[in-house]
Amino acid sequence: MTNRELAALAYELRKKTVDVIVGAKTGHIGGDMSVMDTLVMLYFKHMNVSPENKDDPNRDRFVLSKGHSVESYYTVLAEKGFFDFETYKNSFSRYGSEFIGHPHNTLPGVEMNSGSLGYGLPVCVGMALAGKMDGAAYRVYTVMGDGELAEGSVWEGAMAAGHYHLDNLCAVVDRNSLQISGETEDVMSHEPLADRFAAFGWHVIECDGNDMNSLDAAFTEAKETRGQPSVVIAHTIKGRGSSVMENQAPWHHKVPNAEEYARIQADLTSRKEAIENA
Amino acid sequence: MHKLPELSTVGNKIPNRQAICDTLMEAASADPSVVALCSDSRGSASMTPFFNAYPEQSIEVGIAEQNLVSISAGLASCGKKPYAFSPACFLSTRSYEQAKIDCAYSDTNVKLIGISGGVSYGALGMSHHSAQDIAALSAIPNMRVYLPSDRHQTRKLIQALLQDGKCAYVRVGRNPVEDIYSAEDCPFEMNRATVLGNTETPGVAIVACGEMVRPAIEAAKALEADGISACVVDMYCVKPLDKDAILALAPRVKGFVTVEEHAPFGGLGSMVSQVVAANFPRRVINLALPDAPVITGNSREVFDTYGLNAQGIIRAAKSL
Repeated sequence: MTNRELAALAYELRKKTVDVIVGAKTGHIGGDMSVMDTLVMLYFKHMNVSPENKDDPNRDRFVLSKGHSVESYYTVLAEKGFFDFETYKNSFSRYGSEFIGHPHNTLPGVEMNSGSLGYGLPVCVGMALAGKMDGAAYRVYTVMGDGELAEGSVWEGAMAAGHYHLDNLCAVVDRNSLQISGETEDVMSHEPLADRFAAFGWHVIECDGNDMNSLDAAFTEAKETRGQPSVVIAHTIKGRGSSVMENQAPWHHKVPNAEEYARIQADLTSRKEAIENA
Repeated sequence: MHKLPELSTVGNKIPNRQAICDTLMEAASADPSVVALCSDSRGSASMTPFFNAYPEQSIEVGIAEQNLVSISAGLASCGKKPYAFSPACFLSTRSYEQAKIDCAYSDTNVKLIGISGGVSYGALGMSHHSAQDIAALSAIPNMRVYLPSDRHQTRKLIQALLQDGKCAYVRVGRNPVEDIYSAEDCPFEMNRATVLGNTETPGVAIVACGEMVRPAIEAAKALEADGISACVVDMYCVKPLDKDAILALAPRVKGFVTVEEHAPFGGLGSMVSQVVAANFPRRVINLALPDAPVITGNSREVFDTYGLNAQGIIRAAKSL
């Protein structure tokens, strides 16, 4: 797929994700929308993982550290064919469902459970170390939220990844600059974020995380980086795709009402069509 | 049934942690997936020989227990068999959530080895005591908890753990403990308590784990000499608790005495009491550390202060 097609796909999957959230009456819609382009770029262009090779020791590994964006993650996994989208949509967060409100590794395609923030990166350090020990070619990816960076365990992981020169590891920060209480820099500042990772021995790449060409170049650069782990600071817009929710902290986990739902879906459709017709 | 062992007093110099290192080194030579991780704790863990002999299978994470456990889980998810060593006080608290999520919930094959457990670091204070680890780790679904009693049983336990693919927490103490078993005679069945002494007509059953098994046997012998028949249940498998061993004895005994190097809540005594009360009520006396910071002293002095010794067990047994 071309990057333009991937961008259109990301809008289509946003629409499906909103359907899941409205159906379940729960979900973290703002982060789902900001991170969707990253997930689509990884799963449909950069990562070597699919239902066919999900048990292959040489598959690329992915851990969604910002586990509350599970709705967009599961929508992407369903689109990849790991499980049936309708089954997921109709049972998500319902009584007895396998589709719990955070990633659950009894489902095909999910490597590790998450939900408590600050966990993905240290686990991925272990996965990357295993790859180095085995001389394996697989790469390891994790996506973190920016609010999550206040967890000390993130920096324990960052320290070890730098120490062990894990160039098979790529972390993404979905830098939408908002968290549940407001702007990240007001809640707990992370800037200068690039300098912080660089000080831990990381190769830092900043990109527009809602632009497929920019993301594509960032992940390519990470793959080509030797001797250092890479972090992609993906600058994104929380609630990306609809003026109803873009850049508004309350949409961290708000469920759209009927009127909002209609406007959001109309916005997402028009943005998708604009890309297709460009 | 095994008779109460003759208790060696030769002065064993090998701590249980060294038995773990020796057993893992034997396994590592044949299995490159066996990996050891330390948090600046390789000396305390007696793991320096492993790190020297198998540098490619050794990972140092620095003083970072959360990282220690999460990295272990990542390794396990990629087919490694990680053994993560850290003082039990830190491993069971600082990295508790990692044990819960990355090990138990994600169902990874991580073996958490809590060294210098209980009050091994006696005079260093409550920060260095792990009197809560049994309760904490046992409360996590899918987590197992083992407290082996001597170096021979430790070896058998580690050999068994190397064969399975699930997570577990193992607590051992810092100092050498006198042998209970021998290399030739160490009865062991995974997840089954080792029951020692008169199980047919015991007056009292003493249930112990870890370093408390030795004084339990001393007490049983002294009780026998006083005409009170006693058996000892070496419950190294605190979770999954060997309920069958307890319930087989319940109809035959006047009561139970439990002994543990742990807080009085949520440990071996609580679990045995729960099983006995629900199935075949009998008196159960729990001997444990107090619900308070323990007195300053070495392990022996701490144990003696709180009756965690043969005399305390005898006293409790006679009060049944």
